[in-house]
Amino acid sequence: MSVRPEELLIGTVAELIGRVRHVAVGALSPIPAAAALLGARRHDGMRVSILNSRRHSFFTDGGRELFDCAGQGRIDAFFLSGGQIDGAGNVNLVAIGDYDRPKARFSGSFGSAYLYYVVPKVILFRLEHTRRTLVDRVDFISAPGTSPPGTYRPGGPHALVTELCVFQFDKPSGRFALASLHPGVSLDEVRDRTGFAFATPDVVPTTALPTDADLALMRGPVARDLAETYPAFAAEVLGWRAEETVR
Amino acid sequence: MAFPGPTELDSALRLIEDGALVAIPPDYAGVAMAATRALIRRGVRGLRLVCVPQSGLQADMLIGAGTVAEIETAAVTLGEYGLAPRFTAAIRAGTVRIRDATCPAIHAGLQASEKGAPFSAMRGLIGSDLLKVRPDWRVIDNPFGPGDDPVALIPAIRPDVALFHAPMADAHGNVWVGKRRELVTMAHAAADTLVTVERLYDGDLLADETLAAGTLPALYVGHIAVVPEGTWPIRFGTRTTDATHMAEYAEMAATEAGFQRYLARELAR
Repeated sequence: MSVRPEELLIGTVAELIGRVRHVAVGALSPIPAAAALLGARRHDGMRVSILNSRRHSFFTDGGRELFDCAGQGRIDAFFLSGGQIDGAGNVNLVAIGDYDRPKARFSGSFGSAYLYYVVPKVILFRLEHTRRTLVDRVDFISAPGTSPPGTYRPGGPHALVTELCVFQFDKPSGRFALASLHPGVSLDEVRDRTGFAFATPDVVPTTALPTDADLALMRGPVARDLAETYPAFAAEVLGWRAEETVR
Repeated sequence: MAFPGPTELDSALRLIEDGALVAIPPDYAGVAMAATRALIRRGVRGLRLVCVPQSGLQADMLIGAGTVAEIETAAVTLGEYGLAPRFTAAIRAGTVRIRDATCPAIHAGLQASEKGAPFSAMRGLIGSDLLKVRPDWRVIDNPFGPGDDPVALIPAIRPDVALFHAPMADAHGNVWVGKRRELVTMAHAAADTLVTVERLYDGDLLADETLAAGTLPALYVGHIAVVPEGTWPIRFGTRTTDATHMAEYAEMAATEAGFQRYLARELAR
């Protein structure tokens, strides 16, 4: 089967989530949401919370419940993005340049300054892989990649997924290290387009393609589940057709 | 004093004076957009917004219309329609004061207020630059810990008014919000609350145990106005966001002149 780039990413992110009790996905994240739903199809009993979904959100106590739940350790994996992300895992969702008179202003930190600390596996997902987004040092730290000893920090970055590659976060050094290159991407290209220094293994693996079984899940039940929240993505990328639900 | 019954929107909106600290909900919880347009039409000034915990079109329009002096928020975004253009322009120009927050800090501040407590403690935040731009947030050493355990303190947020839209209210002033409990927190925390509703409920919402569980009692509610489709163009319940309108807003509001054309057209409706 031919594999779309989005399907490669869904499979990759599902691998990174792994087998967990509960993965939560924020707004505007069709690929992470599909990956979480794929994980739930593979692993019995895995709970998926998709914000803004009616069917895949069980919260009944208002916007705070997600955060309270995470603070208690009831959420194992979550996704964040960033206007800027640096090699130490710092995330900037606020501004570029001087904070008081920014060159560019992003929407704001959302829940990052909390969830990054308390969710054990935070996967950073930022498709645009350029020196503009992946920088040596972020201009504003919405949430830091690591914290000094003594700081309550059960959570933090696990990996960074872009349109070109996967970085794993190396806790001892507090830096991202290259884990795999997507098919057809060269190490030179990644070096050219990354603003931070990163460690590289002697032999860099290629990001694994999803198996036929996973592709069938993505294009079938995962697409159907996803269509409720992301109808356009489910139809255009995964080829989902609503009338198939009638059968 | 007994609840006087639902009022006309413009009369209910007198609750929101110039300079008021106004709590507003996120797009998924019932944004009072008809009330927002009416406020702008009236020419309100100097509002201080508290977004619970983020906002979209509502905050962007209020800012573009020059009604906002200050905004506390975890984010302002048009979501799939892009960055909020008037918010972004105002922050870059320095014409609106921004109190950057993170979602749970806003919830924590409101929860302190609803308990009548001076502050809430929360995890996270240590090492975030948010602490540098929020001198009103403090860090203490956890007094119950073994020492060297920094914890952030968030002062109570007490809005003058909470403003939102809900499915229904009864003649006693009780408002049914269902599971949108952030609306309850907002109303508990605020000094007064103004709700627009889709319709009136024929009966007493507190008389039925099932409905009562999702009901905000009249105790907290100052004014109710019946405004069907009061969140338009933002989604509500099973009604979806008006995608065409949102795309048009994003395009027009990209420039100051375009936004003014949009505003003139919408206020004339």
